[in-house]
Formats: sequence, C-alpha cells, structure tokens
Amino acid sequence: MATRALQPTITRTRSFSRSRLGIYFVLTLGAFIAIFPFWHMVATSLKTYGSVITGTFWPWPPLGTEPLQWQNYRDAIEAIGWDKQWNMYLFFRYTLNSIIISVVIVSGVMFTSVLAAYSFAQMDLPGKNFLFLLLLATIMIPSDLTIVPKAVMMYQFKNPFGAGSWYNTYLALTIPFLASVFGIFLLRQFFMQIPRDLFDAALIDGSGHLRYLVKIVLPLSKPALVSVALINFIWAWDSFKWPLLVTRDSNMRVLAVGLQSFLSGEGGTKVQLMMAFSSMVVVPVIVFYFFTQKYFTEGIQTTGLKG
Amino acid sequence: MTSQVTAAARPSPFFTPHRLRRIREAGLGYLFLLPAFAVLVVFEYWPVFYGAYISTCNWGVKGCIKPIGLANYTKAFSDPEMWHSLLVTATYSILSVPLQLGISLLLAYLLFQKIRGKGIYRVFYFMPYITATVASASVWAFLYSPDKGLINEVAGKLGLPQLRWLMEPRGIFEVIGKGLQIPVPLELAGPSVAMLAIVLYTTWVFVGYDTVIFLAGLGNIPNELYEAAKIDGASGWQLFRRITIPLLSPTTFFLLLYTVIGTFKAFNHIYVMTAGGPGDATKTTSLFIFEQMYQYNRYGYSAALSFILFAVILVITILQNRFTSRSVVYA
Repeated sequence: MATRALQPTITRTRSFSRSRLGIYFVLTLGAFIAIFPFWHMVATSLKTYGSVITGTFWPWPPLGTEPLQWQNYRDAIEAIGWDKQWNMYLFFRYTLNSIIISVVIVSGVMFTSVLAAYSFAQMDLPGKNFLFLLLLATIMIPSDLTIVPKAVMMYQFKNPFGAGSWYNTYLALTIPFLASVFGIFLLRQFFMQIPRDLFDAALIDGSGHLRYLVKIVLPLSKPALVSVALINFIWAWDSFKWPLLVTRDSNMRVLAVGLQSFLSGEGGTKVQLMMAFSSMVVVPVIVFYFFTQKYFTEGIQTTGLKG
Repeated sequence: MTSQVTAAARPSPFFTPHRLRRIREAGLGYLFLLPAFAVLVVFEYWPVFYGAYISTCNWGVKGCIKPIGLANYTKAFSDPEMWHSLLVTATYSILSVPLQLGISLLLAYLLFQKIRGKGIYRVFYFMPYITATVASASVWAFLYSPDKGLINEVAGKLGLPQLRWLMEPRGIFEVIGKGLQIPVPLELAGPSVAMLAIVLYTTWVFVGYDTVIFLAGLGNIPNELYEAAKIDGASGWQLFRRITIPLLSPTTFFLLLYTVIGTFKAFNHIYVMTAGGPGDATKTTSLFIFEQMYQYNRYGYSAALSFILFAVILVITILQNRFTSRSVVYA
C-alpha cells in the first residue's frame, strides 16, 4: 500500500520517498514480529498433532486437506480436568477464579484509590504531605522484599469464614491487593486539575465533600477512572507468582497457574492442546484490548508506571 | 493584637463554626485515606519489618523456632548458589536493557515521523505487553522447542545451525566455536544460549511499552528547535544526535532505571520457560529466592536473600543516579 502511494512522486523527492519506504519497512517488520507469536499460537491450536510435528504451515484448505481442528479446544478443556467441588471443568473454574479475583481487586482498588486520591487532591488536612511521601515510598519497596513475610502471614491469619488460615483461599488472592499506589497517584493527578472554585460553588449549594465527589468529580474523571481500572485488571489477570505461592488445590488456581501446571504436565507434549489453552487465555483479553487500547496507552503515558 | 485580647477576654467557645468545619474536613479526609492506608500498612509497610525479623530466624511452620541473628546472611554470602544467581541476574540485565531500549528508541523515532497508520503500529507493538505473561512465555517456549519449534525449522531450511535454545546451558560463543571447530576457552564461553533466548523474549514483551514512553518523551520536545536547526542546515542525523538525544534524556533516564529494576525482579516468564534451568543457567536471584521458599520452605533464608537482593538493587539505583543524572538535560 505504501509503495503504491509513493510511486507517482517526482524525481526530486525520490531519495525522500526511499527513506520513507525504509521507515515503513522497519515499522512493519516490528509489527510483524510483535504479532507473529499470536498467529502461531492460534494457528497451532487448530492443527492436528501430525501437522504440528511436520511443521506444516497451512494444513487447511485450500492448500491442505485438514479441516480446522476446533475439537482441540474441547480436548484441551477435557484434558485439564474436572473440578469436583463446583462440578465443572477445571478450565472454567480457573476462568471463574481469575474473573472473581480480578473483579474484586479492581473494585476494591477503585474504591480505596478514589477516596484517597480525592483526599490528597482536594481536602485540607494536617500531615497530608507526609502521608503522600509515605505513599510514594511504597514504590521503593520491591515485591520481592515483602513476598516471604506476606506468604508467612497468609498461614497465620485466621479465616473468618471457616476453619484454617488465609492460605489457599480467595482472601489471600485478593485482600493484599486492594490498594494501588499507581491508582491513587494517577487519580490524584487528575483530580488536582479540577478547580477548587468548583467545590466552593458546590458548597454554597449545600453539598458536602462526599456528594461533590460522587456528583461532580467522578463524572469529570471518567477517562482516568477507566485507565486505572483497565490497567489494574490486566495486572490482576496476569498475576502468577503470588497465586502459585499461596494456593495448593487445583480448584483454587487462576488461569495463569493452571496454564503453567498444564504446560509442565500433559500440555508439554500435546502442543496443540497447550496452544488451545493459551489462546483461550489470551484472545479474550486481546479483543478487549482492541476496544479499549486508547486508555491503556494514555494511562501508561501519564504516569509511566507499571506493575 | 487587639483581636487576640478580645478573644481571650470573651469566653468564646473553643469550637468556632469555622474551626469546626476545618476539623470536620480533616476528619473526613483521614477517613477517606483510611481504607487505602489500612491495606498498605498491613501488606506493604509491616511486611518489611516482619521480613527483617523472619530473616534473623530459623523459621518453621509455626513461627520463629530459634533466633539465629545474622546467620542467614553469613550463610548467604558464603553460598556459591547465591553468587551465581546474582551473576545470572546481572547478565540478564546487561544483555536485555540496551537491546530493549535501543530497539524501542528506534521504533519510537520512526513512529514519530509523519507516517500513516501510527495508531495501528502502536496498538500492535503494545500487544505483547498486555498479554498474560504465562501464556506468551509458553508460546515462545514452543517456538524455541529444539525438535518441534518454528525457529529451528526455519533455521534448518535456511541452512543455519539449529540450537537447543532454552535447553542449552552452554555459552553462545562456545556453541558457535564448536560449530566452526574453533576451540573457545571457558572464560570466553559467553552467556548461555538459554539466557539469550529469555532475553529475546523479554525484548519482545517490553519494546512496546518502552516505545510508548519514548513517544511521550518525543512529544515533549518543542518543534521550534527542529525548525530552527533545519533552517541552519542541520542534517537528519544531526537533528537526532544534537536535539533528540539530549532532550529525550529525562525519558531515557527514567526508562533505564525502570528496566534495570525490572530485570532484577523478573520472575514469571523465566519460571515458565526454564524454571531456572538447564542446570542453574537461568536461575536469577528472584528464582533462587522463590525456590528456597516454595520448594524447601526455608523462610528465614529466603527472607535474608530478598534483603540482599534489595540492597543490590538499591546500590545500583544510587550509582545509576550518580552517573547518569549529570548527563540528563532538562529542557
């Protein structure tokens, strides 16, 4: 497409258009490398084991004779196993666990971050600057430093809903992550742009802080809220090390842990099933990302933070 | 002065309406901070101190069996596995940081030119970053597979040597030397092929993120500077070298700091692709700590190790600050 657009250019700009062509070439090569593994994953998940072994690039019609192997997905789900506790395939249990955990974490993070960010941005309270510094100091604490004591704490905390500790429960998977420094920081930046006069006007109308926050500040901050929610969702969905550490039973696994245990077991040899499993984890998020990508890059650019 | 006197003379209530409102506002403000800080205190601040305590213990399932002072630390310093893991981590960092930043700077610079489809490219570059690490790492493990992997298949068709990638603990130069039948001394064996494979994967994941950050930095450079330099007859390379590079340095500095720390914390993809193997070829400190805790339940020892890793990261950050902040230009 680029070449066709550049063909009618006159001689004076030929060197210019050649360098332009080079730019498109490098950028397109980069894009190709970025997305090729995704294609390879989905393609492999639709091949027979024979085609995977022989390395057939396109075994399907019109070049080949094999139909698309959709049953790989069913086979993968069956091979992963059955959850006797909730009477469903383990794959769906993993998915449910991932969804439950992400939803709880994202809603919790939104709740704690909105309140804290509003307080930091719009309210007068003594010691605010000190508290904000204390908050920023958490960025200095690497998760590797606290993972051992946190894991130990999970064995010690009593489970209020049953016998035993927090270990191997949803509590361990969610509660420690209900606050996000990134979320507070980004929302505070955003809330600070709202002029204080607006609040004084609202005050005259008889509205207090909470009402002002809900009725005026939140509707004005929709893009920032969406960014924080999405990025925290991706982090929660991606989490692996912690769930691996604090869960024991297969029905408490999240998708990432389930995928890894499948890879180190049966999936290590049945590649097409492994790729079907990976596709089921990745594709929904990618589709979701395509619709919301603007907010991701904006959120990342505003703060430059990541997990 | 006078107002103070009158205020003292008149028995006025301590809670004037104004003061009352300020106290109420402060109270509400603290209340708003409470949920977030409650979580942070219990799961961020407190674990630092608790971890320090655990690291001075022979820690059992029930708690501290025996306080042993700094024995875990002295044990760590004389543990060859710990030193090896630090070396592996440093290798990983030194290989992947320049590669990652170099490629993303190039892509960001090209994307910043007047080209079509900017948004589409950015969407594609960012895709690896938002994909669940375990899933993309398992796809790459398959790509690297010595017998069924695509990389070796393509290499075979092109007549290139086929490597054992993630399963190859030998150094890259040793492998190349063997192929060319040149003996390579052990000191020059180079980083393991398995490590290189992980570095390539890491680059694939993070280039998109770094590119987006670089793009934001490029957008902050005032266009007039380029215009003025062009009028003075500066070439494209001169523009890049004399304007872009220096004025981008705050962004580069931030990314450098961030990527180096990131490589020292890397865990998920290495665990999925090699679990530290083959042998100990890719066992970074982060994996070593995890193994001590998860596999051997040595909580005290792994807590001590994580403090050592933290100290290393801190020293590197400070040194980096010292050496690079001088060359950072703020527009």
